[in-house]
Amino acid sequence: MTITPSIKRDYLSKLAEQGKRADGRTFNEFRKIEIETGLFSKAEGSAQVKIGNTQVVAGIKILIGTPYPDTPESGVMTTAAELIPMASPDFEAGPPREKAIELARVVDRGIRESKIIEVDKLCLEPGEAIWMVFIDIHIIDFDGNLFDASSLAALAALHNAVIPIERSRSDLEKLQEKFPSVKKYLEEHPTDYPLPLKEPPISCTTVKYNNALMIDPALDEEEIAEARLTVATDENGDIRAMQKGLNGSFTVEEIKKVIKASIDNGTKIREELYKSVGK
Amino acid sequence: MESDIKLIDDNGKRLDGRTPDELRKIKIEAGVLHRAEGSCYLEWGGNKVMVAVYGPREALPRHTQNPLRAIVNARYNMAAFSVDDRKRPGPDRRSREISKVISEALEKVILVDKFPRAAIDVNIEVLNAEAGTRCAGLTAAGVALADAGIPLKDIPVACAAGKVDGHVVLDLGKEEDNFGDADLPIAISPRTNEILLLQMDGHLTVEEFDKALEMAINGCHIASGIQKKAIMDKYQNATEVK
Repeated sequence: MTITPSIKRDYLSKLAEQGKRADGRTFNEFRKIEIETGLFSKAEGSAQVKIGNTQVVAGIKILIGTPYPDTPESGVMTTAAELIPMASPDFEAGPPREKAIELARVVDRGIRESKIIEVDKLCLEPGEAIWMVFIDIHIIDFDGNLFDASSLAALAALHNAVIPIERSRSDLEKLQEKFPSVKKYLEEHPTDYPLPLKEPPISCTTVKYNNALMIDPALDEEEIAEARLTVATDENGDIRAMQKGLNGSFTVEEIKKVIKASIDNGTKIREELYKSVGK
Repeated sequence: MESDIKLIDDNGKRLDGRTPDELRKIKIEAGVLHRAEGSCYLEWGGNKVMVAVYGPREALPRHTQNPLRAIVNARYNMAAFSVDDRKRPGPDRRSREISKVISEALEKVILVDKFPRAAIDVNIEVLNAEAGTRCAGLTAAGVALADAGIPLKDIPVACAAGKVDGHVVLDLGKEEDNFGDADLPIAISPRTNEILLLQMDGHLTVEEFDKALEMAINGCHIASGIQKKAIMDKYQNATEVK
């Protein structure tokens, strides 16, 4: 366990009283964001996102599978996150613990509930064959704010992803002998094509300590945070998802301030995302 | 596995245009992570590998401690998206074995006697896999250990040789690995040419083995030069302390 020395807590709190942060940012300023896509040839889509010193890699695998009985005409997506021991001296090897599971579930919800992936377009033969989308997130360098970095990496990787017709051709050809709809599908989609996606909401996380709000917390700030609020906003500036964490509280005014800052930063981050994927 | 693919053409060139004793392109960068004490990013052909080193630090749980020296825990892990079919996350028998042989190879060059009861953790993440990931991982681990400032007798380096279509060749590529006749990955201490890791599968005559081993050692020395350059690039312009 890392113990932020109380001296650091005092230092950050004193700075906060003057409206300052240890790295010189203002309260509603993100660290530098870098997005790179298409790094890995084996993945159908991939991205590396840096927010300050935090680094996250996401990879998408798209494979043929069978649908769930209750949704026979829709594709399937799953999200997994690994807090591998590479990223921090505190992360241990082994099956995912609470923290990794929470992270994966929050990112999964953000993508699933906002319906970015058009799962109804991922059906090959109702009840028989669909495309399965696997999002795997690797945290490789941990300096705070994993929620935003992981969501952004997953989004960037999804924008980079293609439906792998070429790689799956032999399986598809076997399927088309059995199902005429797959034959039609292959005629309509003779080669790899981009994963069908809708507009992505962007998530922004803010923490509160010593009655000050700080967006995009670095690790030191995260460790002394009393309350945390993640807000996902869309292109129209509407709110698409929220999650409050930790045992502190926010006033109504603070919530409004956080939403405003999340919309402003969301717009900038969305531009970065589109620029990186050439959209 | 039998195949109709011709792995070596009439001019002696391989599928990717290399000559028999030519390595794939290697790119190494040292010190790429903020949190880790030492780190390295390495590209070797289509392989992309990241390594982070932590330690020496207290070995936990306690019963793993050795009162006379440090233990070395290499952890070789493949990302789910690093291969054609998604790999289930977490260690399997193959990755555990590779972790073990890499740990043992690294223990030989680290001055483990200096750090009793300590652990040195070497995390190897394979992000894109295309034949020869254990050599790529070990070579990156050598650079990351040096970047972490851990006392070493030498910077370990690895490279494979093998046999395809009856020819001994250096550094097997993807198809050569799948359809070739033999694979011989080794790791050496380049200062002394001591062998730190050696595995082989397939079929080689003694003469072919001798040739493959010599070829792999030569490959190791080329990779070693790139390792040293990566470390120099990172540190030669560091501010001088007066």
